[in-house]
Amino acid sequence: MKILVPVKRVVDYNVKIRVKPGGTGIDLANVKMSMNPFDEIAVEEAVRIKEKGGSSEIVAVSIGPAKAQETIRTALAIGADRGIHIETPDGALVEPLAVAKLLKSVVDAEKPDLVILGKQAIDDDCNQTGQMLAGLLGWPQGTFASKVVLDEGSVHVTREVDGGLETLKLKMPAVVTTDLRLNEPRYPSLPNIMNAKKKPLETKKPDDFGVDIAPRLKVQNTTEPTTRKAGVRVDSVAELVEKLKTEAGVL
Amino acid sequence: MMTVLLLAEHTNDALNPATGKALSAARELGGDIHVLVAGHNCRTAAEAAAQLSGVAKVLVADAPQLAHGLAEETAALIVPLMASYDTLVAPATASGKNVCPRVAAALDVMQISDITNVVSADTFERPIYAGNAIQIVQSPEAKKVVTVRTSAFPSVAEDGSAPIEETTPPPAAGLSSFETAELTTSDRPELASARIVVSGGRGLQSSENFKKFLGPVADRLGAALGASRAAVDAGFVPNDMQVGQTGKVVAPELYLAVGISGAIQHLAGMKDSKVIVAINKDGEAPIFQVADYGLVADLFQALPELEAELKKAGH
Ligand SMILES: Cc1cc2nc3c(=O)[nH]c(=O)nc-3n(C[C@H](O)[C@H](O)[C@H](O)COP(=O)(O)OP(=O)(O)OC[C@H]3O[C@@H](n4cnc5c(N)ncnc54)[C@H](O)[C@@H]3O)c2cc1C
Ligand SMILES: Nc1ncnc2c1ncn2[C@@H]1O[C@H](COP(=O)(O)O)[C@@H](O)[C@H]1O
Repeated sequence: MKILVPVKRVVDYNVKIRVKPGGTGIDLANVKMSMNPFDEIAVEEAVRIKEKGGSSEIVAVSIGPAKAQETIRTALAIGADRGIHIETPDGALVEPLAVAKLLKSVVDAEKPDLVILGKQAIDDDCNQTGQMLAGLLGWPQGTFASKVVLDEGSVHVTREVDGGLETLKLKMPAVVTTDLRLNEPRYPSLPNIMNAKKKPLETKKPDDFGVDIAPRLKVQNTTEPTTRKAGVRVDSVAELVEKLKTEAGVL
Repeated sequence: MMTVLLLAEHTNDALNPATGKALSAARELGGDIHVLVAGHNCRTAAEAAAQLSGVAKVLVADAPQLAHGLAEETAALIVPLMASYDTLVAPATASGKNVCPRVAAALDVMQISDITNVVSADTFERPIYAGNAIQIVQSPEAKKVVTVRTSAFPSVAEDGSAPIEETTPPPAAGLSSFETAELTTSDRPELASARIVVSGGRGLQSSENFKKFLGPVADRLGAALGASRAAVDAGFVPNDMQVGQTGKVVAPELYLAVGISGAIQHLAGMKDSKVIVAINKDGEAPIFQVADYGLVADLFQALPELEAELKKAGH
């Protein structure tokens, strides 16, 4: 049993990002970066499967600039066994389709039984990569998972859907993407952080896999959203209802 | 002539309002629109789709393996159909998000997720970073796959009468199978399309309080109930009530946030509401920065008062 976990380095979820003047993008200078929160959940899930004796090896993969190695080290500290870094130029935007193609190459070489990704990267908010990877591999997919149960040659995935929950049975190998309720990721202990530095981490380039990472989409500009103007404070519930009726006209 | 394939969101016997909203976006692309209803015993949904204004044709694919919208089976149906279409459009619902990227990968194109505006047939607006930035993206690709943020588009009229045609799906791939569903039942309006949404956060403290304090207010207003992630994580309410960056995005006429601090991830799901009301005991809570009307109060006092006031006002 082998599990591959793709992890993305993104702007920390607590950071309020700034749009660069001139519509050219997001200001990432000196901004705190972290592992995409859904990917932490993915690593945690893989580690729990391993701890239950269900997995023999967890491989963390990240596609990104040199610093993406820090994200892989975090995955190793949580409990992944080794890392693969596919290095891309600083500032290069790698779209989900290119990520999925690179991951497919890694899957072809590593032959995992399960790939667990985050459902969504909180920077591009695309929610695509896992589904694309499953499609390219011709594997089944269990997206937005809130529960994963391994079985003989298959996996039962409970999914968060618009109306509630549904459970699917997928033949293995399979792709799973995580939702928020799957687990609560642990904080790596100091000894595990130290230990992670000694775990193997291999570096590759997109060219090694013959994958063209040039973006397909053209971003014409990036702007600030229109902000709401500050409203008023009301002193009582009666005043609130009155204002909603007469001023806002929504009651 | 450009043609658009719109993937319908439905429950086999009913069409989901998300379909009509995605159709609004599709209509802005120009060209003929065909709606695909993939399901099992889904004739009723297909007939409802045929009534949506601006649909040239409804394609029905009816087969047991399509009953539950499995991504593998639905994508296998759509990919060959795309030979005759320029663009695939779907609402950015749980099922649209599940199926579309699988189709895009098979077509070797980048999907444009969660569009909030159509600039032209190949150029779209979409939010990134929880809506803290808006991108205009152009797709030069021969085929396009687009998912639509339904809260950003109006519904269409139901005065159409498009012809319904059968299409035969490929044999079942059998990679996955449906086991069970635990769907939330409620007499309240659907969260995604409700005119008024009343949402509760961690401040509600328990599932009982949601029912006891928020429920009666929602009932008076005929509102849908929503929640913050913290309320869902704590088990106060089911997952499908989460509003936010990674939950549902809503834009009702009135959004009432009670005991919700207003984290950016929550704001991402409701800040396009027409009127926002916040009730929070902490006057510094960030939710007040987006609220049109803010009431600094203890919710356990304010909500019963609100219910009484609404009753007095005839609601
Ligand atoms: C990857 C990721 C995705 C996320 N996605 C989402 C998402 O989609 N949606 C979402 O909502 N969040 C999301 N979050 C979580 C988000 O960051 C916040 O943690 C969450 O929104 C907080 O919920 P809350 O406001 O209910 O809780 P808190 O922040 O704890 O706020 C509770 C509020 O209740 C008030 N309160 C307490 N008691 C009372 C009382 N008696 N009367 C009045 N007011 C009271 C307090 O003053 C406080 O402001 C996400 C986070 C991450 C990392
Ligand atoms: N550059 C990347 N490196 C590794 N994993 C990635 C990368 N981009 C996306 N992923 C994975 O794909 C998931 C969904 O990303 P997205 O489709 O961009 O929303 C993330 O949660 C990661 O698990």
